[in-house]
Amino acid sequence: MIRFILARLLKAAVILMAILVLNFFLIHAAPGDPAAVMAGEAGATDEQFIADLRARFGLDQPLSTQLWLYIKGAAQLDLGYSYRQNMPVAQLILDRLPATLLLTLTAFVISIVLGVVAGVLAASRQGGWGDTLISAVAMIFYATPLFWIALMASLLFSVVLGWLPGFGYETIGANYTGLVRGLDIARHLILPATTLGLFFTAIYMRMTRASMLEVSRLDFVKTARAKGLRPGVIQRRHILRNALLPVITLAGLQAGQIVGGAVLTETVFAWPGIGRLMFDAINQRDYNVLLGVFFVSAAMVLLFNLITDILYVVVDPRIRIRS
Amino acid sequence: MKKGFARFARNRGALIGLVILTLVIVIAALGPPLYPQDPWRMVQRPFLPPFTAPGLPLGTDALGRDVLAGLIHGARVSLMVGLVSTVVALLIGVPVGALAGYFGGWVDDALMRFTEFFQTIPSFALAIVLLAIFQPSLFFIILSIAIVSWPPVARLVRGEVLSLRSREYVEAAVLSGQNSRQIITRQVLPNAVSSIIVLASLMVATAILLESSLAFLGLGDPNVMSWGYMIGAARTVLRTAWWLTFIPGVAILLSVLALNLIGEGLNDALNPRLARRGE
Repeated sequence: MIRFILARLLKAAVILMAILVLNFFLIHAAPGDPAAVMAGEAGATDEQFIADLRARFGLDQPLSTQLWLYIKGAAQLDLGYSYRQNMPVAQLILDRLPATLLLTLTAFVISIVLGVVAGVLAASRQGGWGDTLISAVAMIFYATPLFWIALMASLLFSVVLGWLPGFGYETIGANYTGLVRGLDIARHLILPATTLGLFFTAIYMRMTRASMLEVSRLDFVKTARAKGLRPGVIQRRHILRNALLPVITLAGLQAGQIVGGAVLTETVFAWPGIGRLMFDAINQRDYNVLLGVFFVSAAMVLLFNLITDILYVVVDPRIRIRS
Repeated sequence: MKKGFARFARNRGALIGLVILTLVIVIAALGPPLYPQDPWRMVQRPFLPPFTAPGLPLGTDALGRDVLAGLIHGARVSLMVGLVSTVVALLIGVPVGALAGYFGGWVDDALMRFTEFFQTIPSFALAIVLLAIFQPSLFFIILSIAIVSWPPVARLVRGEVLSLRSREYVEAAVLSGQNSRQIITRQVLPNAVSSIIVLASLMVATAILLESSLAFLGLGDPNVMSWGYMIGAARTVLRTAWWLTFIPGVAILLSVLALNLIGEGLNDALNPRLARRGE
């Protein structure tokens, strides 16, 4: 188990390194000489200043040295400087990372739990109206643009019905502390997390349903039935457990989409995370921030993948025995 | 194939999808000539609700532009971006998957690590970064969407090729002296076409969603009217003019739904293994 996790961590490190290299070349592909851009952003354009900047950031060095400096910097959590916000990029991201982690992890859990439950319900009523209804709803959510459903949800539940806050992370100026503050944040979290999760709920529901139906035709299920086990036991212990494996694989593959989707959700709900930071950086063409967020969101995806890998081991006894 | 067609025709969802998609295609093709209103031009005072002004069935937006004209022109952009970016993604993914599956060994290892890398990094974030750096023109929008959506194609094709290459007719072709290129393009790939078509139809749907999301964030081509742009522009007036957000969203939803329904119908019809199981 530990060796398995170590192997995964090593692989994650290699991928992160590759992303850094990609990032580095993207920075160089960005329009304009980085030093001139930086100078422009700092509001100065004289040659001496630009030359100083070049020397300071090693832009006068050969490309391979620059790449090495960039990777070394990233390893020390130095992701460059944002001249628009006048802050190190790493600081900007770290300040907002907790909000995004809270949002994406909640959406991830919501979508898997809801998706699996709905999928099991649909599969156990295959062909009935319950199955038809659940499948139709999933089909619709699967086709809905995330940002649109977020806008519609905020219109309905926040503007029209007034049930939930549709804006921000907590009530501004309320200065809640402790449990009250936690509940306040939770109330603000409901709309963004649910809308972010709905698309993925649809995916997991469809996968669970298909997988349940497939497993329920296998021989060992017939054996279990022949042994006279109760249908509920067969459903949970035999079918569901095996049917979950492809769902978990899929969840790992979809992790990147959830993190990407956070950009849209955070933009709509003014959730102060790295997605919102990315949206602001798009409008300001703040490349260092963009690439920093890209790097960190890739790291988040790797974290999600690690979680699903571990879940896989927990659910699938075959892997546990082998290691 | 004929049986497949019959199976498709019996699938109610797929037929509904086909009807909707046909409608969208007709609107995209004939709309602009039949309704030659410039979607960027101010035609009336802003915020006219739908069905209130003669000649403006869907009203006007925050700048007094004709919403129906925007919708019609947006259909063109959505379909075009969805279709072309899928073709480009196939042009990347099919060769990568075919080479990996056919040659195996280190070629397979290298290509699959490469594919895995692209599958792991958050694709939407990568598309944003690419477009922010390379300016959002239609060309780069299509290219970015293709760059982030080819990995599933490569994996699918690799799997198909792996399972096909040990078949007897492929071995016969090897013995008859055909070279690798001929075997891949003439013997193996034609037999993988049905799976590729199914995946491609779903990819067009995903690409449309992706394009609209990018346009919503302000990364659309500033010279073309698109559904995502319309929603992005209407966002700030959601409270007072919700229909400006609602209408283009429904257009996206219906188009994507139609493509997904068709993709599913094709899957049942062309993939006999699954179809038999369903019967």
